[in-house]
Amino acid sequence: MLANHLQPNLLQEEPEMVPSRNGYGDGLKEAGEKNRNIVALSADLTESTRTHIFAEAFPERFIQVGIAEQNMASVASGMAAMGKIPFVASYAMFSPGRSWEQVRTTIAYNDSNVKIIGAHAGVSVGPDGATHQALEDIALMRVIPNMVVIAPCDVHEARRATLAAAEYNGPVYIRVGREKTPVVTTVGSSFAIGKAEIFMKRNEAHNKKVGIIVTGTLVHNALVAAAELNEKGIGASVMNMATIKPLDTEALEKFAAEHDVLVTVEEHQVAGGLGGAVSEHLSEVAPIRIVKVGVHDQFGQSGTMDELNAHYGMDVPAILKAVDKALA
Amino acid sequence: MKYLSDAEVHTLEQKANEIRQSIIEMLVEAGSGHTAGPLGMADIFTLLYFEVMRHDPKNPDWDDRDRFVLSNGHICPGLYATLAHAGYFPVEELLTLRKFGSRLQGHPHRTSLPGIETSSGPLGSGLSQAVGMALAERMENPYSSKYIYCVTGDGELDEGQIWEAAMLAGKEKLHNLIVIVDRNGIQIDGYTKNVMPLEPLREKLEAFNFDVQEVDGHNIRSVNDAIGKAQGVYSQPSIIIAHTIPSKGVDVFERDFRWHGNPPGKGPEDRVSHEDQGKVALQKLRSLAGSIEPADIA
Repeated sequence: MLANHLQPNLLQEEPEMVPSRNGYGDGLKEAGEKNRNIVALSADLTESTRTHIFAEAFPERFIQVGIAEQNMASVASGMAAMGKIPFVASYAMFSPGRSWEQVRTTIAYNDSNVKIIGAHAGVSVGPDGATHQALEDIALMRVIPNMVVIAPCDVHEARRATLAAAEYNGPVYIRVGREKTPVVTTVGSSFAIGKAEIFMKRNEAHNKKVGIIVTGTLVHNALVAAAELNEKGIGASVMNMATIKPLDTEALEKFAAEHDVLVTVEEHQVAGGLGGAVSEHLSEVAPIRIVKVGVHDQFGQSGTMDELNAHYGMDVPAILKAVDKALA
Repeated sequence: MKYLSDAEVHTLEQKANEIRQSIIEMLVEAGSGHTAGPLGMADIFTLLYFEVMRHDPKNPDWDDRDRFVLSNGHICPGLYATLAHAGYFPVEELLTLRKFGSRLQGHPHRTSLPGIETSSGPLGSGLSQAVGMALAERMENPYSSKYIYCVTGDGELDEGQIWEAAMLAGKEKLHNLIVIVDRNGIQIDGYTKNVMPLEPLREKLEAFNFDVQEVDGHNIRSVNDAIGKAQGVYSQPSIIIAHTIPSKGVDVFERDFRWHGNPPGKGPEDRVSHEDQGKVALQKLRSLAGSIEPADIA
C-alpha cells in the first residue's frame, strides 16, 4: 500500500521526471524570501547547482568565489560567524569532497550555521565519469560531529529539505542529483529533519516480510521492486530514510521488528553510507539480516544513468535479487 | 588612528613583556607547544588588544566589536596570554594550557573559550574566514566602521587556500580587512627561504590587489601607524608584513627555527640545557622588563 501523500498513480503510470537539484534552487529562493540573512556562495557552478535562481533574485546576497571550494567552505564559516546563513553549493565531489578538512574544522568544529549542498552526487551524473561521481560523500559527512546529512528522494523533498535546513541552526549537508529522476512525493508532502517515513506498507497477507530502506533518488526503484514483491507473495515495505544523520533510530527499530530481513538501497558506497549507518545501529540493539544495495568498493565510469544503475546493481532487478539473497 | 605617546608605548611594551612571561610559564607547565611564534607576536597581540581593537573582555559577544582571526592557530599561547591579561578569563587559567578538560585547547576552539572567534590550527583557512566576516559585515552595513583583523604565519602562506582567499579579498575590495603576516622567516622544517621561498612577497601580495606595508613587528609605534594607515585604505584589503624575530625577548632562543614547535625544557640544548630553559627565559624577560625605560626615545 502506497502512502497517501505520494504522487497518485505513481506505480501505474510513467513517473514525471525532474532533477532533484531543481528543488534546491527553488527552496533556496523561497528561504531567501523568508529570511534576509540567507546568502548563497558558488564556485563557478551557479547554473548547474541551480543557485542562479537565488542569485538572480538576490544579487546582493550572492558571492561568486571562483573555482575554490576550500575557500568557499571557510568563507561561509566566516559569514556565519557574523550572523549570515550561508548555503554553499558545488558538485559533491568537490564540495564537500575536496573541502573536507575545511568543512570539518571551520564549519562543524566551529558549529557554524552553514549549509553544504553536494550536487551531481552518485553515478547518475553519467557521462562525466568517475571523477565527477561522488559515491563517498555521505560517509565523509556522516563521520563529522555536529553534521546533519540529508539525501532527498526527489525534487519536492529537496525543496523541503532546503527550507528545513534554513530553519535549523547548525551545519547541514544535502546531497542532490543532476539527472532527471522520478517525482515521488508532492508539493504538500511533509518533511522533518531526522524523521523517516514509510512510503509503502507490506501486503499483510504474505508470511515473508522484507523491509526496504532507501535514501535519495533510488526511492522509485525501491517502490517498483516492493510493489512487484507484494504481488508475488512477499510482503515488502519501503521506508524513505531521507535523513541519514541523525538517524531516526526509533522508526528504524520499529521497522526492523516488523520485518524478517532488511535491504538498504543507496546510490553510494555501501561502506559508510546508509547501509553502514543502519547496520551500525541495528547490530547493537536488534541484530537482523541486512543486505545492502549500492556500490561495492568500486569507482564509477561513463554511461547513462540507467546503464550505470544496472551495472553497479542499483536497478529494480538488483533490488529484487538482494531481497532473494536476504530471504535465502 | 591614534598617535601613541611615549608613555603609552612604554606601557604597551611592559604589557608585552608580562605576556611573554606568561607564555613561558604556560609552555613550561604544558610540556608541549610552540615557543617562537607566540614570543615573536607578543608585541602585536598586545597592541591589538590593549590599544587598537574595539572589544570588551566583559562582553566577548558584543556585536559591535572588531573581529580578530588567528589563522595560524598554533601560536595560540600568545593569544591566550593576551586575552587573559586583557581580562577575558583569569590569568591563573593559563597554566591549564593543553591539559585535559581545559578551555585552553592545544589549538583554539571557538566554543570553548571566550574571546576566540574561530577554531584554527589546520593552516590557511583563517584568512578565508576573515574574508567571509568582512564580506558579511559589508553586506549588512556598507558604512560599518568594524574592522576584521587576521594574523597569519609566513610559512602558512605555502597553503593554496591563502591565495584563494586573497584573490577573493582583492576581487571584493574588502577595505575592512586588515591582515598581519608574521614574517619571522621560520617554519617547522627550517627557514622559509629553504622550505618554500616566499619572496618577492610584497610584489605577490600587491599582484593580488592588496595594499601592502612592511614594518618592524617589534616597533609598537610603527605597527600602530601601519594599522592606522591600513584603516584608511578604502578600496582594497590591507596586508601588513610584520618582520618579527622568532622567540623575541629571549635572546638565547631567538632566530632558531628549532624553537618553532618546542616548549622551554624541550628545545635545542646548544646554548641552554633543557633543565634551565624555562628559568633562563623568565630571568631574561624579567631583566628586560626592568630595563624598559619610559622615556626611551630617539
